[in-house]
Amino acid sequence: MAGQATTLKIIRWGAWALIGLLTAAAIFLLTRPEPPRATIGGPFTLTAMTGERLDVGKVEKGRPYAVFFGFTYCPDICPTAMFELGQLLKAAGDSVKDFRIYFVSVDPERDTAEQLKLYLSAFDSRIIGMTGTVEEMAAVARQHRAFYRKVPTPSGYTMDHTATIYLFDRKGDFWGTLDTNEPEAARLAKLARLLAK
Amino acid sequence: MSMLIRSVAVAALLGALAPAAPALAQQHQHPAAAGSIALSPAWTRATPPGAKVAGGFFTIENKGAAADRLVSATSEIANIVEIHEMAVIDGVMRMRALEKGLSVAAGGKMELKPGSYHIMFIDLKRPLKEGESVKGELVFEKAGKLAVDYKVMPVGAPNAGMNHKH
Repeated sequence: MAGQATTLKIIRWGAWALIGLLTAAAIFLLTRPEPPRATIGGPFTLTAMTGERLDVGKVEKGRPYAVFFGFTYCPDICPTAMFELGQLLKAAGDSVKDFRIYFVSVDPERDTAEQLKLYLSAFDSRIIGMTGTVEEMAAVARQHRAFYRKVPTPSGYTMDHTATIYLFDRKGDFWGTLDTNEPEAARLAKLARLLAK
Repeated sequence: MSMLIRSVAVAALLGALAPAAPALAQQHQHPAAAGSIALSPAWTRATPPGAKVAGGFFTIENKGAAADRLVSATSEIANIVEIHEMAVIDGVMRMRALEKGLSVAAGGKMELKPGSYHIMFIDLKRPLKEGESVKGELVFEKAGKLAVDYKVMPVGAPNAGMNHKH
């Protein structure tokens, strides 16, 4: 009889111990912080071409948007990309009427807000020029893992820079990229998927 | 500063050599006269307001028996004209000035086009307007000076084609 009671006691303790363990595990699983995730982009504040400080995270809350790095002393890729993005927005019609593309200058020393405003007046009005101090631009580029570098030329300097167009979904999370080499149909389809998300 | 001195030195050197080059070539067995270099119709693009730079594009065909080299260029519309190489590598746009110019093999072709080699007009004197033509000059090591007219295509034009729909 005494042996049976001991066995029951052991089983009961075992059961409680198990329940305790499972509860602890459940609490741990439910309350642990989000695992660290690789992030690209996110909210940033710079000086818009209007001269006002613009908090992109706040302005674009609940809306997908795009970010592109460039500079106005760029003979080819930048104006071509801006022009093609304008064409793309026109082709996408009403669905993108509130879509914004932020043209972030990697050359803030020459690209003042006025210079950006003047230059971008040739392109779609949904392309917003952004500039700031050298340090601010470096921070925003770092946040986007964008590469840029000043390269001397015989007459001054030019900028090497990431030419990718970054897309962000309505939660502000990095969603994908647009490549200047892909056909317009593919870019339109991507844009439609992003807007539908 | 040393960059400036070097630029001036290079410019002076080119200035001194350029007139001599055709003369030297003529004394040679097979003169690389300007006739050995043929250019496709040159073009550039209308510039957005405030733009200080533009790219010039054309194809050089060297019909001569010796390699030649485009060593410098000038234009009425820019204070500075350089020969550049541009490429997008791993998503990064990179541009370099070709200080030694651009070589064209004997019997070969060299294409200056968007996203690749181009003439870089720097410090534009005025904006370029679609439809106009702007004058320039190219200097080849052997063939000497060649006049070139750049047709101004629309902003964002992909090539010199006239059937661009924008």
